[in-house]
Amino acid sequence: MEQVMSSINLSAIAPELILVVCSLLILLIQSFAPIRLKGWYGYVSLIGVVGAVAVVLTQPQSFELRAIEYSFNGMWVVDNYCRFFKLIFLLGTGLTILISIKYLDNEAMQHGEYYALIIFATLGMMIMSSGAELITIFLGVELMSISLYVLAGYTRNRMISNEAALKYFLLGSFATCFLLYGIALIYGSTGTTSIPAIAKFIAGAGFGGPTIVMGMALLVIGFGFKTASVPFHMWAPDVYEGAPAPVTAFMSAGPKAAAFAAFARIFMEALPSLQTNWTMLIWVMAVLTMSVGNVIALVQENIKRMLAYSSIAHAGYVLVAFLSAGERGISSILYYMLAYTCMNIGAFAVITVLAGKGEQRVRIADFRGLGYRHPIAALAMTLFLFSLAGIPPTGGFMGKFYIFSAAIKEGFVGLAIIGVINSVVSVYYYLRVTVAMYMQAPDTAAEKEIPVTVFSPALVIAIFISAYGVLSLGLFPSTYLAMVKLSFLTLL
Amino acid sequence: MVPLAYYLIVSALLFCLGVLGVLTRRNSIVIFMSIELMLNAANLGFVAFSHFLGGLDGQLFVFFIMVVAAAEVTVGLAVIVALYRNWDTIFADRIHLLKG
Repeated sequence: MEQVMSSINLSAIAPELILVVCSLLILLIQSFAPIRLKGWYGYVSLIGVVGAVAVVLTQPQSFELRAIEYSFNGMWVVDNYCRFFKLIFLLGTGLTILISIKYLDNEAMQHGEYYALIIFATLGMMIMSSGAELITIFLGVELMSISLYVLAGYTRNRMISNEAALKYFLLGSFATCFLLYGIALIYGSTGTTSIPAIAKFIAGAGFGGPTIVMGMALLVIGFGFKTASVPFHMWAPDVYEGAPAPVTAFMSAGPKAAAFAAFARIFMEALPSLQTNWTMLIWVMAVLTMSVGNVIALVQENIKRMLAYSSIAHAGYVLVAFLSAGERGISSILYYMLAYTCMNIGAFAVITVLAGKGEQRVRIADFRGLGYRHPIAALAMTLFLFSLAGIPPTGGFMGKFYIFSAAIKEGFVGLAIIGVINSVVSVYYYLRVTVAMYMQAPDTAAEKEIPVTVFSPALVIAIFISAYGVLSLGLFPSTYLAMVKLSFLTLL
Repeated sequence: MVPLAYYLIVSALLFCLGVLGVLTRRNSIVIFMSIELMLNAANLGFVAFSHFLGGLDGQLFVFFIMVVAAAEVTVGLAVIVALYRNWDTIFADRIHLLKG
């Protein structure tokens, strides 16, 4: 482990710079290039994402040495932890772009702003994961959130989409205020906003006093909103149901991972001395999040809403890993978020194409007989649902296995038992979709008249990549584990 | 000189008023104004702490918050206008396609 300090270092922010240039380029092409280039915005943004992935992989900081490099006077940090998270975000973004191209064609809303906003949101997430200062992290959170508010309301002629955008906007900025007030209190009691300096101050002064505990509690509320943990989850089902399907896919993977990245960095690096205080809070949150998410998902008829509750439950599993802290906890968060990104975006990719124009068919009943109409799509959907339920040999199973074994090794046996029970409950609602696809025939005449769905090559590629990810994470976990083990927070 | 505690009490009061406004008001724009009030409560906290701690970090943070708040206003008002075009209302309790 070596630490380097420098003021301005453009190579440390090279992946972010590539994304900025790419999204500005899309906006310029949109304004100045002829209209027939419309179909190409998506591909231009994909090039940007691939470029950023290449740069993240080849940044000069060696992955094996686990180097930590601070730059911009300690405001920015590049370590394996943030690089792994950036790969997860970029994977989610790339998959989302692939499934969006066809969707936007169908809806006749192929505009450059969509891709620019997706990339700006990704940029926000990357800033969140790399911020070594509360200021940087705050700016990342806001860049991500503001882009997502717009994206949630992107299909602006659809009433449901307007409603989702309004709810997301009001509750999201409400949560931001809690986050900010928490930061203000932490700043007030430590006199600094730099994460390493806060840790040093608390370690030096012993216990930080009531102000800092209150600040920490407010941060838990703020991040609880952003990760959609119970009791701060109310916005998630409505927003996920109302937003356009590719945006829902995007929101449920990357931003959640980013919120966990910043959450873990602040709590493990800046506030480890308060661990006894936050363990209790987060223990309760984890139990509630898992149970409420899974139980309410059981009775949902709309598949987007069901996956919203399922994503709340998955945040609960990640909170279990968060509680385990240490090397095992953090590396299981990384592994789980990677698996979750593949399986959730994969499931949404299938939903996007089957929902049809205007998202008319998003009820679970609409999936009846899919196994006969589109055998391959149904097979892929089954794979993703099995993975979400945690059935071997999928990535979801290995992810849950690492989380619960980390929890048991760190002494959270009760929590692990509750988690496993929840995981069993969740099998019911995931299998309901599978049963509908294979064992129920479409009953009414109206449902039989479903037009042939057109799969675009981009969409097939997205489903293929997700399926590959889910299977290889489940069958060959050792390659990913080796990488994850190098990536946990090095300051711990 | 006015002691730090006074500033913090005002800031906490503003924050609570904002929370109360968000929870009780039904007009989207008024809810949004309450959120701005909460942001300003945080700003006041930052400036007060910054002054009494003798550093500039807090005041710097306030500039960032103001810029972000301006961006949020732009997006928020646009969202509300788009909503009004389809719904003909901005009252949160009349907007209920999504159960929740």
